[in-house]
Formats: sequence, C-alpha cells, structure tokens
Amino acid sequence: MSFPWAQEYKPANAFTQWVDERLPLPRLVYNAVGAGYPVPRNLNYFWNFGILAGLCLGLQIVTGIILAMHYAANAGVAFDSVEHIMRDVNWGWMLRYAHANGASAFFVVIYIHIFRGFFYGSYKAPREMVWLLGVTIFLLMMATAFMGYVLPWGQMSFWGAKVITGLFGAIPLVGEPIQQWLLGGFAPDNAALNRFFSLHYLLPFVIAGVVILHIWALHIPGSSNPTGVEVKTESDTVPFYPYFVAKDGWAVGAFAFLYCLVLFFFPNALGHPDNYIPANPMSTPAHIVPEWYFWPFYAILRAFTADFFFIPAKLMGVLAMFSAILVWFFMPWLDRSPVRSGAYRPLYRKAFWILVVDALVLGYCGGAPAAEPYVMISQIASIYYFAHFLIIVPIISAIERPDPLPYSITEAVLGKDENVPLSASPTAPFPGTQHPNAHGHA
Amino acid sequence: MIRIISILVGLFFTVALAWSFGNGAYTAITEPAPVTAEHEFHKHPKEVHFASDGAFGKFDRQQLQRGFQVYKEVCSACHSLSHVAFRDLTALGYSDAEVKAIAKGFQVPGIDPNTGEAAMRPGMPTDYFPKPFANDIAARAANNNAVPPDLSLMTKARHDGGKYVYSLITGYQPQPAALLKEFPDAKTPPGLHYNPYFANLNLAMAPPLTSEGQVSYSDGTKSTVDQMAKDVASFLIWTAEPKLEKRKQTGWPVLGFLLFATVLGFLSYKNIWHDKKKQLHS
Repeated sequence: MSFPWAQEYKPANAFTQWVDERLPLPRLVYNAVGAGYPVPRNLNYFWNFGILAGLCLGLQIVTGIILAMHYAANAGVAFDSVEHIMRDVNWGWMLRYAHANGASAFFVVIYIHIFRGFFYGSYKAPREMVWLLGVTIFLLMMATAFMGYVLPWGQMSFWGAKVITGLFGAIPLVGEPIQQWLLGGFAPDNAALNRFFSLHYLLPFVIAGVVILHIWALHIPGSSNPTGVEVKTESDTVPFYPYFVAKDGWAVGAFAFLYCLVLFFFPNALGHPDNYIPANPMSTPAHIVPEWYFWPFYAILRAFTADFFFIPAKLMGVLAMFSAILVWFFMPWLDRSPVRSGAYRPLYRKAFWILVVDALVLGYCGGAPAAEPYVMISQIASIYYFAHFLIIVPIISAIERPDPLPYSITEAVLGKDENVPLSASPTAPFPGTQHPNAHGHA
Repeated sequence: MIRIISILVGLFFTVALAWSFGNGAYTAITEPAPVTAEHEFHKHPKEVHFASDGAFGKFDRQQLQRGFQVYKEVCSACHSLSHVAFRDLTALGYSDAEVKAIAKGFQVPGIDPNTGEAAMRPGMPTDYFPKPFANDIAARAANNNAVPPDLSLMTKARHDGGKYVYSLITGYQPQPAALLKEFPDAKTPPGLHYNPYFANLNLAMAPPLTSEGQVSYSDGTKSTVDQMAKDVASFLIWTAEPKLEKRKQTGWPVLGFLLFATVLGFLSYKNIWHDKKKQLHS
C-alpha cells in the first residue's frame, strides 16, 4: 500500500499499543494522513482541493443534520419551516446560509479538483479506479444538490423539479410512467418532496462511503504530482505529516475565509430570487434556471433545438446532457498518451485551456434565458465540448510529441537528482511513465 | 477500437448540434425574434441608498418605524405580511408595552371562548400579522383578478429588492407616446397601471402612495411620496431579513479570526517546509 521508506506506526505508550493490537485504527490514520503516507514533494496548490472537498462534505452533513431538526418535509409547510429557521431558530439563518452556500462552495472546489485531474492526467494508469470513483461521487453530488434545492419548496424548487424529472419523460415509450413513478404523481407534490428529502438525507452518507473508497484507491499507487513522473526514491517524497498537514491547514484557512465572506456578506448572491416565492403550480417563472453549478449541463440540454433524424430534440438534449458527464468515465481509455501531465504535452495543454473557456461559456449560456444569441453560442460551445473528449483528445494522444520529462520529481524540484543512473539520459522520451503496472503504448 | 467508437459517438453529437445550430441560424435570419415592448421599455431599478446597505450597514430604527406605519396604514389593506409576528417588532425599537398595544390594534382570527365558534379577537404579541383576505379567491375578487403578494420576503424575492420596491412605488407614469407609436397593441389594458419598473410594464396595483402627507409621521419627518416609499422599502428589507444586522456584525469577527488563523497557518507552513525547498536530503 505504500513505499518501502514509509515511516511505520509505533505506539507511543502501553495504551496505544493495547489499542493497536486489537483495533489498529490509529495505525490506519497514521498511514492515511499521517507520517506514514509519503507524498510527492512537488505538489502544487491544486492538490489541496481534495481535502477541501472532504471538508465541504463534512460541513454539509453537519449543517444539514441540524437543519433537518427544524425543517418540515411537507408541501404545505416546507416553505414556512425554512422561514422559521431563518427567523426563529437560534443561529438558524447562519446554518441555512452555510448549507446553501456550502453546496456552491463544494461545487467550486470539486470543479477545480476535476479540472486538476484533466490537466495533470490524474485519471491515467494506475489511478483509473480513483478517477471512476471520483466521477461517481460527482454524479451523486449532482443528485443530492438537485434534491436539496427542491426542499425549500420555492418557485425554482418546484419548477426545477418539474423540468428535471420531465427529462425522464423524453425516454421513448416508458418515459412518462418513469417520470410519474419518480415523482409519485403527475407533478411534483408532497410525495415527491418527501422522497427527495429522504434521499437528500441518505445520499451524502453514500457519498462519504464512496469517498472512503476513492481515498483507499488513491493510497494504492499514492498521489500523482504536477510532473506526472512517478515517485522513484525517498527524496521524491515527504511524509504527509507534517508537510501536507501544514500546507492543507493554511489552504483550509484561506478557503474558509472566502466561504465566510460569501456566507456573511453575500448569502443570496448565488441563489435565485424566485426561490423566495412559495411554490405555485399555477404560475410558471419567466426563466426556469437551476443553480449555477448545473448551468454548463443545462446549456448542453437546451442546445439541441432541432429533431435529429428520428430522434426528438428533447431526447437528444437529455442523452447529450447525461453523456456530457458519462464521457468522463472513459477518459483513461480515450487519452492514451503515455505522458501524464499536461505540463509536458503542448497540444493537449492547448485543448485543455480551450475546454476551460468552453465550460465557462457553457455555464454563462446555461444561466441566460433560452433565447438568441445564447442558444447558438451554447450550440457551438457544446460542439467543442463533445469534440474535445471524444475526438480531439483521442487524436492528440496519438499524434502529439511531448516535451522531455525530468528524470524524477527530485530533479524537477532541485534541478539535480543524485540518484540519476549513468545510463539514464535526461532527454529520454518517456522515462516518467515506467510504472510497473503501466500499460504499453496505445 | 475504442478510439473509433469514441470518434463516431463524438461525430453523432457534434453533427446533431451542428444541425440544431443550422436550423436555429436559418430561423434567426428568416424570422428574427420580434422586439417586445417589455424589452425596450422595462427599466432597471433606480439608484437609491438604504441605511442597511453595505458591509457595515445597519437599520435606521426610526425609518423602520415610519416604514411600518406606511405598511400598516396603506399596504396592509391588500398585502399580507405572514412571516412577521408582532413580537418581532421589538427589533424596530418598540418596547414590549408598545408591541402589545400595536398587536391589540389588529383583529386576528380566533375562537369564541364560550361558543367555540370562529370569531375575531384583538391580537397579541405572539400572533402573526393577519391576512387582509380570507383566501386567494377573495383577494382576486377584490383586486381586479390579481392576488396581492405577501410582502414578508418581497425584497429577497426580486432582483435589487429594496431598490425595486422603491422604484415600483414611485415609478408610475403615463404610458410613453413612443411606446404606443412603436407597439400600438401594447396599450395598458383598462384596470391596469403602467409602470416601467414592473416586469411586464402593466401592474394591477394602483399607485399606493399618491400625495404628500398621506401618512402623518410622528417623528416630524416630512412624509413626501419619495420619503414614504423609501421608508416602506427599508421596512420590507427588514421583514425579509430581520437578522441582517446580526449577520453582518457576526461576519467581521469571523473573518478577522479566519484571517489571523490563516496567516498563522501560512507561517507555520513556511516554517515546516523551510528545509524542503532547498536541500536535497531531508
């Protein structure tokens, strides 16, 4: 599970020894986030976002459990119970703002975490399982966030639920029965609200379980790093404690500062005013938009405006929206370049930055009204989105000439590595990818 | 093999998108979307400053009391304030006795203690503001088929809440001749009132504040329409978020603490990593 030079857990006293022999939990922690876990010494700040994501999950669970003590999942009183929390529950306003903005913070962190993975090739062998579990977590997060947004039972809650469950109605033949089965009725009502609340409470714990698998899978090969060159010797790593505990510690502080800035001074900036209007099935809002973190996918959904042969436009949109995330699962096999890090891949790097801009454009269009020019812009941006993952990346990985890699992490950090064997030429094409488990060239 | 499949799937989506794009572009050229009166004549809220604005913003208690008076004497005839209880009014600077007196001035639905029948009784501090109409149908019947919305959350349920309320109340005007010239069909229907700050320009609510002195303030402030509009907008900022002051006041020490802790964390990080940045061997 770790490198041979990893420090071993030594019980400090008779009591910890007694515990260690019976339930080696302290040993597990020591090897996971303590001195027993050697980490590449060259990680940059993009590697702090995993911890921040874990922090967000914890924050959401804690604030959510307390909110659930005061919230009433009943279509008749849900909206009022949220206002009761805002007005009458001690510090209830802070809990609710912390939870609502906590969801936004979680997605900010997770998007950076995912795009870190795209740039540095974190999905590549031997870390495919880490990546697959990560995409699974993202899907669970989206489901959880969507159902959570329904709970205040405001206008956007109701109409968002109607639109999103309506997507299942696009499935041929069985679509409508599935939609009714999901909602427990013909439209969102008390049955839907109750099951959404139940699932919204359940899914975070499922996420926590998958997070444990995600971290477990990560600890098998160990963390990746900005060079993409695998760890070779002890001088390439530092123990997680104290080095990365210190680095994560101050990153957590900086994150908490920004988060609290929003929480206490702009708590409604990321929400939609319409959700302060109680749900009304008889009155459709002028523009139905989901929360900002769904905007890129919402833009893809709405980009399909014309029937494509025998496939209705709506079904195409639904297929594309789900495919836009499912395609991430295939990244390890679509990108067969033996070089992991985008820092040494001139073509891939360009495509990556176009993707970043593309995702921001999609996000902007997804939040805008479904009118021109936004629809046409989102069509062009969606074309690039799918082309990037399904056409450009596979082709680039076949034709690209990567830049020379450093021999080792130590060399990348210090400019020299005393362990460089005489036979290793510094300009060898891909010395960094010689992991025992690495697959051959594609 | 996997590359071939992926490129085919990629072509499927991109071609379908290009097809949608082509169709949309063709429609955009042949049938350009018509310009609407709302698009051309709708105005963003006026610039107006409230005491509660900004990171150090605090409510002006005197203004809240004046705004409450405007609500009570004007708005409450049609608009409910269902999330606010009389007890909450202590936050406006009223004493417990004053709150009791205010509550007593409202008739709230209750039960006759002798017969058990529904009856009205004087309000108590624990009661919420009573609704002016028994239900939406009654509200529609009395208001030209429009339901006057509850005002408790109004300033959070609209973009630029306080500014919006102020602009809407002071924004009534005759329909511009330019509008009727360009959109002859967009004439304000009878019973509605033209107001460029309202989303679709025509509003069922008649101008609520029409003349100076409509409400007589006891604190000596001159009750111009502009002043009354500002006061009631401030009051509605409070009803939408009574904890606004506490939130901002809590925010500063929290941020101060986090800044301090983060700087300490950064320094300890620098200290711990000191040797790693330079030497080859730890």
